[in-house]
Amino acid sequence: MYRIVKKKQLSEKIFLMNIEAPRIAKSALPGQFVIIKLHEKGERIPLTIADYDREEGTVSIVVQAVGGSTQRMETMNEGDHIMDIAGPLGKPSDFIEEFEEMKDKKILFVAGGVGSAPVYPQVKWLHEHGMDTDVIIGGRSADLVILKEEMSKVANEVYVATDDGSLGMKGRVTDMIDHLVKVEGKKYDLVIAIGPLIMMKFVALQTKELGISTVVSMNPIMVDGTGMCGACRVTVGDKIKFACVDGPEFDGHLVDFDEAMRRSTTYKEKEKLQQFKAEECQCHRG
Amino acid sequence: MILERIKVREQDPKVRSTNFEEVCLGYNEAEAVEEAKRCLGCKSKPCVSKCPVAIDIPEFIKYIKEENFEMASEELFKHTSLGAVCGRVCPQEVQCESKCVLSHKGEAVAIGKLERFVADWHRKNKPASTTVRENSGKKVAVIGSGPAGLSCAGDLAKKGFDVTVFEALHELGGVLTYGIPEFRLPKEIVKHEINNLKSIGVKFEKNVVFGRTINFQSLEEEGFESLFIASGAGLPKFLGIEGEGLNGVFSANEFLTRANLMRAFDDEYETPMQIGNKVAVVGGGNVAMDAARTALRLGAEVYLIYRRTEKELPARVEEVHHAKEEGVKFVFLTNPAEITGEDGWVKGVKCTKMQLGEPDDSGRCRVSTIEGSEHIIEVDSVIMALGTRANPIITELKNDLELNEWNNIKVFNDNGKTSAKNTYAGGDAVTGAATVILAMGAGRKSAQEIANNLA
Ligand SMILES: Cc1cc2nc3c(=O)[nH]c(=O)nc-3n(C[C@H](O)[C@H](O)[C@H](O)COP(=O)(O)OP(=O)(O)OC[C@H]3O[C@@H](n4cnc5c(N)ncnc54)[C@H](O)[C@@H]3O)c2cc1C
Ligand SMILES: Cc1cc2nc3c(=O)[nH]c(=O)nc-3n(C[C@H](O)[C@H](O)[C@H](O)COP(=O)(O)OP(=O)(O)OC[C@H]3O[C@@H](n4cnc5c(N)ncnc54)[C@H](O)[C@@H]3O)c2cc1C
Ligand code: SF4
Ligand code: SF4
Ligand code: FES
Ligand SMILES: [Mg+2]
Repeated sequence: MYRIVKKKQLSEKIFLMNIEAPRIAKSALPGQFVIIKLHEKGERIPLTIADYDREEGTVSIVVQAVGGSTQRMETMNEGDHIMDIAGPLGKPSDFIEEFEEMKDKKILFVAGGVGSAPVYPQVKWLHEHGMDTDVIIGGRSADLVILKEEMSKVANEVYVATDDGSLGMKGRVTDMIDHLVKVEGKKYDLVIAIGPLIMMKFVALQTKELGISTVVSMNPIMVDGTGMCGACRVTVGDKIKFACVDGPEFDGHLVDFDEAMRRSTTYKEKEKLQQFKAEECQCHRG
Repeated sequence: MILERIKVREQDPKVRSTNFEEVCLGYNEAEAVEEAKRCLGCKSKPCVSKCPVAIDIPEFIKYIKEENFEMASEELFKHTSLGAVCGRVCPQEVQCESKCVLSHKGEAVAIGKLERFVADWHRKNKPASTTVRENSGKKVAVIGSGPAGLSCAGDLAKKGFDVTVFEALHELGGVLTYGIPEFRLPKEIVKHEINNLKSIGVKFEKNVVFGRTINFQSLEEEGFESLFIASGAGLPKFLGIEGEGLNGVFSANEFLTRANLMRAFDDEYETPMQIGNKVAVVGGGNVAMDAARTALRLGAEVYLIYRRTEKELPARVEEVHHAKEEGVKFVFLTNPAEITGEDGWVKGVKCTKMQLGEPDDSGRCRVSTIEGSEHIIEVDSVIMALGTRANPIITELKNDLELNEWNNIKVFNDNGKTSAKNTYAGGDAVTGAATVILAMGAGRKSAQEIANNLA
């Protein structure tokens, strides 16, 4: 059992948790994730490691309540226990191993919604290694723009875009990229985009046109997360890749996003039923 | 000489195809004694020569004849720690029973069923010992809690080592837990074996992934002096045909993991499962049979598509027989060429008919496509049971660990010695997908060598 040592609501449906998991905290690196199973009868869900404290032995996750498991998780509090958490899973971001070659490159991070959570540890790691990067945070509205303050401390420049204009520029992250590159004349060697599939798809299309190599973090449905079940397969450059062991980060210009988006809806009907149950179970708790 | 076996009791096919309880009910004492009496106690022990761990078969059977079940189990446990498992899942017809002298004229002695009887008798009648042994303080780490890891850990604990098993998943048992279904191997048996190990002092840490959570260096820092890697087979293979990315195409590992490990068939559990009313399973091994029979139990109409004939099916004969009785529809000499879809979901499998040709170097008949034989089998989902390739987390350790030509862990002797210091490996991680008994045997051999080296 793993204790929740801290919980903080970041917006209406997004919350942060620090969980005691010393082994994971000790070996975690940016780009990696954990798989959590909340209780005896729970499902295994992947969540990115948003931060880690090796001394304290905790890992942070930032979760958006979207369905059965994440809604149930939202009802949990400091002092409660999570039954299972395994990790760190997936490969760390490429720049960690290839840091020497990356040093002089200009990187632009693009974070969509809860995607700020996986972007943050990467920006922080690079900052700690003497490299400050630009970050675009996008969200539908101001309350979905998370970790802006934290990001500002470790980034060179943070740009915000919201669909409704309630914070920063009115528009999508792609409009912001256009603005930075075409209006402000900024040059980037690499874009790292993490967020909803649809956002990553359009960022990748745009950067392909702009000729900027792009890394995206795929979030397919997973079960074991250890390279055993094959549920997490994605098509990258006409090859089958397994996000939990070969990824989750891939070359955004090679990913088949349409297939990935379709496959992520495989359990939509069943998930609706689960969602209903979680709500019901909350009312019973009073 | 009695040429016919004592029939083993089984659940009625009509009933069992709708439940997950064990299909084969096993012998009772009287039946076991009757069957044991058929054994001739051959001096040359031909049956033993085909048991991968050389269980002294006539010897334990002799005690059954004498109704001395306690001695029978003592004899059995000299050679195996997983009798209740292997008695159920060993491919006996190509191993021990294939060499039984009775098989020349009639039916081989039901060695597997007798082994199972003895181990079950022991489990029910002899409470496990609860005395934790003093250990020498020498620490050994075991990676993976499948049959290879469990048997290695058990032997090392009995030899007085301080053993910790690290398991990536949230439950112990490896394939015995997440792969082989309850109706073939009740989970209670696996739990019992694991509890026995706990009671003799083996420690278990779940949710720990070697190569991610821990590695060679961190284990050394924690004071482990030797390491046994039993991480099992790896990623499922796919055919690489058109339509495999459609919704409704699963690997057998995913499907079985959802069913067995996550209990997705039970509405109380949260893991979803969606296979529809008609399912095609592609493959012909044990994994394919398990997937087909599980899908059947979830209410689907199931087609098992295999490119050769019934004779070449690699699955255990008993499973094929049971699958047929339960209503799995076998489609032989047929090969999927494409998966067709509608709105992104599986609609059918486009297949071609195959014909058998001359045997190749390995003795297996070649198969070739019959031109113009395309036809579509309409289904809602397709489950691929085509075998596995090496697990990438382990192959990425290659700087420290040499791999063989199939990318599995390379071993340098019979006892699982690897290229890494004080590190041994066994089971599917070395051989690729194989059998429970081979994995168990490998675990025991490595345990012996580790003990010798640390002594
Ligand atoms: C590598 C990776 C990292 C992720 N990191 C984060 C994160 O940091 N924060 C966050 O809020 N979310 C993250 N996700 C997404 C998160 O796993 C899903 O939102 C969660 O599983 C939804 O579960 P649910 O029961 O609450 O909702 P459901 O209603 O059951 O599902 C909602 C949608 O989430 C997806 N989903 C469902 N089950 C799974 C599963 N087992 N594995 C993957 N996706 C699933 C499906 O597309 C589904 O339609 C990540 C996913 C992956 C693969
Ligand atoms: C569906 C199915 C049916 C089968 N039926 C039969 C049968 O009837 N008869 C038969 O003899 N054989 C059968 N087999 C094959 C048999 O189960 C395997 O050969 C056997 O389980 C191999 O044992 P193992 O200990 O090497 O590996 P496994 O049983 O695969 O156990 C490996 C364990 O290691 C864990 N692990 C993996 N990577 C790591 C890591 N990096 N760190 C920590 N832990 C890790 C895994 O989670 C797993 O628990 C079947 C297999 C399947 C999948
Ligand atoms: S372990 Fe398998 S091969 Fe050996 S005697 Fe038992 S059933 Fe036969
Ligand atoms: S070969 Fe058959 S009859 Fe002879 S000892 Fe073995 S099991 Fe008994
Ligand atoms: S989640 Fe099972 S192989 Fe990736
Ligand atoms: Mg869910």
